[in-house]
Amino acid sequence: MEHKMKLSVTLVTGRTIEQGVGKEHGKNSEDYMEDVAVCYLDPEDLKQLKIKQDTNVQVSTPYGSIVVRALKSRRGPHRRVVFMPYGPWANAIADSETDSVGMPSFKGVPAEIEPASDKAIMNLKQLLEKQFGKETDADL
Amino acid sequence: MRTCKAVTCPVCGCLCDDIELQIDHGKIVKVKNGCSLSEAKFLGYAGHRLLKPLVRKNGRLVETTIEEATKKAAEILADAYYPILYGWSSTSCEAIRLGVELAEEVGGVIDNTSTVCHGPSVLGIQDVGISTCTLGQIRHRADLIVYWGSNPWSAHPRHIERYTMFPEGRFEKSEWRDYIVKTKASTAKKKVESALRIAPRQKADFTAPARSAPCPAIQKEGRRLIVVDVRRTRTAELADYFIQVEPNRDYELFQALRTLIHDQEIDVDKVAGVPVEYLEEVAEAMISCNFGVVFFGLGLTMSSGKARNVDAALSLVRDLNTRTKFVIMPMRGHFNVTGADTVFSWQTGYPYAVDFSQGYPRYNPGETSIVDILLRRESDAALIVASDPVANFPRLAVEHLVKTSLIVIDPHFNATSQVADVVFPSAFVGIEAGGTAYRMDHVPLPLKKVVKPPNGILPDVQILRKILTEVRKVRKERGKEAR
Repeated sequence: MEHKMKLSVTLVTGRTIEQGVGKEHGKNSEDYMEDVAVCYLDPEDLKQLKIKQDTNVQVSTPYGSIVVRALKSRRGPHRRVVFMPYGPWANAIADSETDSVGMPSFKGVPAEIEPASDKAIMNLKQLLEKQFGKETDADL
Repeated sequence: MRTCKAVTCPVCGCLCDDIELQIDHGKIVKVKNGCSLSEAKFLGYAGHRLLKPLVRKNGRLVETTIEEATKKAAEILADAYYPILYGWSSTSCEAIRLGVELAEEVGGVIDNTSTVCHGPSVLGIQDVGISTCTLGQIRHRADLIVYWGSNPWSAHPRHIERYTMFPEGRFEKSEWRDYIVKTKASTAKKKVESALRIAPRQKADFTAPARSAPCPAIQKEGRRLIVVDVRRTRTAELADYFIQVEPNRDYELFQALRTLIHDQEIDVDKVAGVPVEYLEEVAEAMISCNFGVVFFGLGLTMSSGKARNVDAALSLVRDLNTRTKFVIMPMRGHFNVTGADTVFSWQTGYPYAVDFSQGYPRYNPGETSIVDILLRRESDAALIVASDPVANFPRLAVEHLVKTSLIVIDPHFNATSQVADVVFPSAFVGIEAGGTAYRMDHVPLPLKKVVKPPNGILPDVQILRKILTEVRKVRKERGKEAR
């Protein structure tokens, strides 16, 4: 079996303009998923993972792991810093520790990233059902 | 076709109040002056929405009447031992006031989205104090703008245009022309770099300048912009000084700048990945301005240090005020999150995470904040108003939320609605319902009702009033008087 490259990175989640516009179009929309179920990597990190942009990757933290689409960051250089837009995909792996001030750690979370071209990205309905086991009614 | 002028935009904390809408047969067809977020909301709000309340029966959400949904919601809240009432930052102050009344009635915890946004900033402000002002003052007087851990280009797209670098102020000029020149130069540089990459074998006469060379901003006249971020954001591309801080190391950078402002020396070459020489230049720019302002974002509150990062930012500004005039302001996200803090404060004495379970308001973020309550698995019901915690909270917190009885009041059919037990579709505040909202600098502005909501869709205020009345009725029947 081919050995897959894994990188240790720092995960930062945040606002992107596409995510801001996408949420106004509805979180069940495909546009929203296209814009939010992604992560931005430094071009050098992409090279090191031996993948091109638009390849699926698995991002894992001690709190969970999620498959999203890798995009080449145009906001570099930010080696070993992976940026994900706010949303259910990023929150699936966010650190819930509030350090006694009520605020989870959404930025600066240690994470690992590896290519996962053989794995599919879950849509919002699948994600909610898998995570919380509650039947959803996305088609209403 | 009619035109509505001076509409307040209900998207982000900028609350731009110069939006013009063209309305044709009860539908918004054109948005003038709005940013892309504003346009997306005004033009796209009507698509994909619920027109009837829903209740969960046999595991499925089914349509119902407003009366039945109200009764069900009231029963859940009246029977709950420790309910949480969360959201509030995307609705009007009038609705928030009713929410606080409802929280007191049911002895629950009321919290707003500050808790996962600028909650640590509130804690920092309570510890250190804040020197601040309105955005109008900044527009006319500020000659040094700092965005720290904040990317207004994406999150508050018109902030730079309306309040900081680009407006023509009474005492400070617009930097728009300078920006155009800079953008053209940057585009040309990228083209040259790309040409050099494409033809590496040809000997190039031109050598691209080193990317890390600091720009000669120190001699620049007029307004100057400093951006501190972990990435070179679009906002950073406009900056005269860009400081790329390593993730989780903002606190060190603040303390280093405080040291330099006090004319003390630093014995290392780099702090948080930034050369001290560059920081000295930035400190000099800060001291030599006439009116400086720091806008800080979630880069401080969500990364390591949280409230302590904000402490350090506020302390830096306090120190700078011994040398010149400096103010500081959090970049509030949702359009009325400042209003939520304000209404909570005037009603209960505390801005967020207010616990009424003892019969009187109690505030202890870390204990009475919603994420901590969910992680401790203590709540047994939730009312979510104008927010989507299932999409916005970390998975571990949501796991408990979805196990409890869940009531949602929201114009969108969002991720939380999908797993809820009772769903009330509501009118969009600022489009289909009026009210009051607070801008990020605590200036209250009126929200306009520009179109009618669909038949049967009520504003948050009316839905909450119905629930409150019903809760009182249920509690009376069960012999539970208001505490």
